[in-house]
Amino acid sequence: MSALPPDSAKARGAAARPGRISGPFDIWRRRLMVGIVILYAAVLIVAPIVGLLAGALADGVGAIVSALSQPDVLAAFKLTVYIALVTVAIHGVFGTILAWVLVRYRFRGRWLVNGLIDLPFAVSPVVVGYMLLLLFGRSGMLAPLLDVFHIKVAFAVPGMILATLFVTLPFLPREVIPVLSAFGLEQEQAAATLGASGWQTFWRVTFPALRWGFIYGIILVFARALGEFGAVLVIGGGIQGRTETVTLFIFRALDERQYVGAYSSALALGLLSLLLVVGTDLLRKRVKRE
Amino acid sequence: MTTAAPTLTSRKTTRPAPWGRWALKSAAFSYLAVLLVIPLIVIFRDGLSEGVGGLWQAISLPIAWSALKLTLWTSAVMAVINAVMGTMTAYVLVRYTFPGKSVLNAIVDLPLAIPTLVTGVMLVLLYGPQSLIGGWFQDQFGWGIIFARPGIVLALLFINYPFVVRAVQPVLENFERDAEEAAATLGACSLTIFWRVTLPALWLPIASGALLSFARAIGEFGSIVIVSGNLPLRTQTAAVYLLGEVESANRQGASAMSIVMLSLAFGLVLFVDWLRQRGQQEPAP
Repeated sequence: MSALPPDSAKARGAAARPGRISGPFDIWRRRLMVGIVILYAAVLIVAPIVGLLAGALADGVGAIVSALSQPDVLAAFKLTVYIALVTVAIHGVFGTILAWVLVRYRFRGRWLVNGLIDLPFAVSPVVVGYMLLLLFGRSGMLAPLLDVFHIKVAFAVPGMILATLFVTLPFLPREVIPVLSAFGLEQEQAAATLGASGWQTFWRVTFPALRWGFIYGIILVFARALGEFGAVLVIGGGIQGRTETVTLFIFRALDERQYVGAYSSALALGLLSLLLVVGTDLLRKRVKRE
Repeated sequence: MTTAAPTLTSRKTTRPAPWGRWALKSAAFSYLAVLLVIPLIVIFRDGLSEGVGGLWQAISLPIAWSALKLTLWTSAVMAVINAVMGTMTAYVLVRYTFPGKSVLNAIVDLPLAIPTLVTGVMLVLLYGPQSLIGGWFQDQFGWGIIFARPGIVLALLFINYPFVVRAVQPVLENFERDAEEAAATLGACSLTIFWRVTLPALWLPIASGALLSFARAIGEFGSIVIVSGNLPLRTQTAAVYLLGEVESANRQGASAMSIVMLSLAFGLVLFVDWLRQRGQQEPAP
């Protein structure tokens, strides 16, 4: 867009082409294309969201509140938030270290590590759960070791945390790496010259610069962890009251035809992660502008 | 791929001290190894323990084969539609001004923020056989959207909407319009300009966006298990078939399907990486 002079033709939306006057044909083509795209987005994205709102609100707000305050729903929400918080804490520390190592150090196989980070995007959640079962399941490779120490990973919360960690691994490094490489070293070197220790430099100089990338990455991890389904289904088993997260509850409720509970929980979960992601994004953009 | 500015890595001035550097590196590597590498090695070892022949045997079972075929077919249909509509969305967002443009721009990202299981529930509510729209389609044309193949494609389209748009949009924004203007001065009509000048510059982002969405679609589970109806041989996709194999403790079938899905997805991701690197080296003519 920057190549264009900010003239009235651009403001009118017509593609400004010197030597050509945008005739009625161009205007109609433009309207047609905008119309098609808006219709597509409306039918594909907006209508289903409205559909869920309408479906959940069909029995009134009271029905939603009472469905969400059922003990098994509350327990599911508690477990989901717990798993998401643990995931965020682990990724917050190790994901940042990983980003740091990738940006600041040279080592053999750096390209490989860089590529590995993106792999979870392409791995099916069911495969993730199955991989963990092969390791930690009853006849898994690590089963003898786990038996000795009486640790339960499969069909228990630790396994679900591992699955969620796998699925959410790319988000934080992918947000932090670009910010960290754009930040460069000058300010850190200045701080070091003034006598700051490495740790002080990180907390006082580097981290504040990374802050928004870090926060947005954390929120993406958290939101993605809230909504994880396939991987925690396979490794957790969806045992009611013990390993049932919100998504697993919705799945069971649909199966048992408890539609009010299913739709209310789906609405609550969808709204929660939507508000988190969209809200943080808006906040970040506003801060950037100022 | 992100790369750091190589000249900035001076060994003297960056802290932490050598032991700290060593500690950070080993923390990062063991984190990746425990979470990613070990599980992946285990699954490939398990699936190939009977050799490639065993893997082939498990995959060529009719139910497994049709699940795989359905997955590839619906993903391909999605990728084509997504490529066309995503490019069009990006074009409209970059080139035109219209009321609601910023809203449309925000809507593109919504699918990333919605859990895919919730997407499935949404689609069933709106287009399912008991809904107004789904019921009407059933009465008029005798075919259902949900619990059938169109539902699978619809769910995949929903989830993958951002990928082509967000790949094409920045390239189109930076696209120098001199060539388009030159073509216009030479008397080319706007459609010719788009086909001959604009599109050739965009094929790389379009292809990489569409292929990435294809790779993701192969493994998609949460929305599809709700939407597809899961009839073996008819509407059961690879991921749902895999779940069945895992639940019935059929280790060979599960490992074989996992390896096929993983290899397809990794191959596609690597191919897209290669395409992008090649595109960076020699900018489009």
